[in-house]
Amino acid sequence: MTLSPDDWLAVRTSLIVAGRATAFALPVAVLTALVLSRSRFAGRLALGALVNAPLVLSPVVVGFLLLLVFGVQGPVGGWLHRVFGVRLAFTSVGASLAAGVGAFPLMVRSVRQAFEAADPRLEIAAQSLGAGALDRFWSITLPLAWPGLVSAALIGFCACIGEFGAVITFAANIPGETQTLPLAIYADLQAPGGDAHALTLAGLSFALAVVGLIAAEALQAFGRRWSGR
Amino acid sequence: MSGAAYSVAVKTRLGRFHLDAAFEGSEGVTVLFGPSGAGKSTILSAVAGALRPDAGRIVLGGRTLLDRARRIDVPPERRAIGWVFQDARLFPHLSVEGNLRYGLNRAGEGARAIAFDAVVEALGIGPLLQRRPLSLSGGEAQRVAIGRALLRQPELLLMDEPLSALDEDRRDEILTFIERVQGAFAIPILYVTHSRAEARRLADRVVRLDRGAVVAQGGADLLAGPTAGASEGRLPR
Repeated sequence: MTLSPDDWLAVRTSLIVAGRATAFALPVAVLTALVLSRSRFAGRLALGALVNAPLVLSPVVVGFLLLLVFGVQGPVGGWLHRVFGVRLAFTSVGASLAAGVGAFPLMVRSVRQAFEAADPRLEIAAQSLGAGALDRFWSITLPLAWPGLVSAALIGFCACIGEFGAVITFAANIPGETQTLPLAIYADLQAPGGDAHALTLAGLSFALAVVGLIAAEALQAFGRRWSGR
Repeated sequence: MSGAAYSVAVKTRLGRFHLDAAFEGSEGVTVLFGPSGAGKSTILSAVAGALRPDAGRIVLGGRTLLDRARRIDVPPERRAIGWVFQDARLFPHLSVEGNLRYGLNRAGEGARAIAFDAVVEALGIGPLLQRRPLSLSGGEAQRVAIGRALLRQPELLLMDEPLSALDEDRRDEILTFIERVQGAFAIPILYVTHSRAEARRLADRVVRLDRGAVVAQGGADLLAGPTAGASEGRLPR
């Protein structure tokens, strides 16, 4: 199996789009997971539904909604364009936004699992030793959860690479810019005689996903031992 | 034994369980003694601040920690109370030394009357300092937990059946360490147990609880009873 420069471009685009998406989505996922699992407020159910919506919505709908909000004519996208001259739709950053939103529910779930693996009684002990809420989070909760958080990031990264519908709808299929592996596969399948090439890229996607998921599982197992469970 | 070092009055309802208990603790070791389900651990949680009773007042050395009527409720991290649990609850990601210093580092610089080396010495945990908690035996872990609570510079030390997870030989060893700690640092200890032997060995003052109420409080002579010296509920039946 040899990869052409075009293939490498798709791999590179995938890594950039998914890497950027994961880097931005993980901190937000951590915050969201904490809010959902630790606070009790009126809008909690609504927030949970909003976060999980991409899981059950068609990715095309997600991409379309992103266009409505973050497109140049949309309320947020229009503002970004006027004030900063930034355009999200049909750009690499936009591809990251679409991929990140699609993968977000999965990341929040994995992050919640990571935090739940830490024994809450350790926090009570830390509190009795003089640690306030923020202090406990940094000194106990986060260090105990880190293998699970890295695992959540990996799962999110793999999901971002795999995201298709939202990316192509919001960011289009531009080689070197928004054309990640699944979009390149789609483009190959549309071209006459592109099947063999598509198969190569599909194999590559499969290998990436399997390696990522095995690493994520291994990290979770390590995390359970690490946190003394 | 001098006068009252602290006073506790708590009233709360947890499901069908009613707790309504008031007592005074002395310098030295005050033993909360009673059968399982009497409310001993619930009282400790309220004193530590982990549980907010429906009504009550807790005063420690002139400092009001809780007064529901006056809406005073000092958060647990500012109560200056050390807590030793049934399970040691050491932080698995820190070394033994990291665990010991956790509370010490969070105590104000001016308030560090209890020194690291003195605690390590008294509890004989010097050889363990670089070890990970998961590699410790139950007795070792509990000694480290006692040291960690002491280094937090507490004005009161809570011990919630600290021997219950240990085998017979280790229990005697830990009791000896608790006596040594009490002698060396003179921190009042509120000790929860349902074992008459432990109570008799440690108690300067006894508070007997039954079904959520204090049935008697006073000197160690309260521990004399029909079962004196005999069954401890833990002997083979």
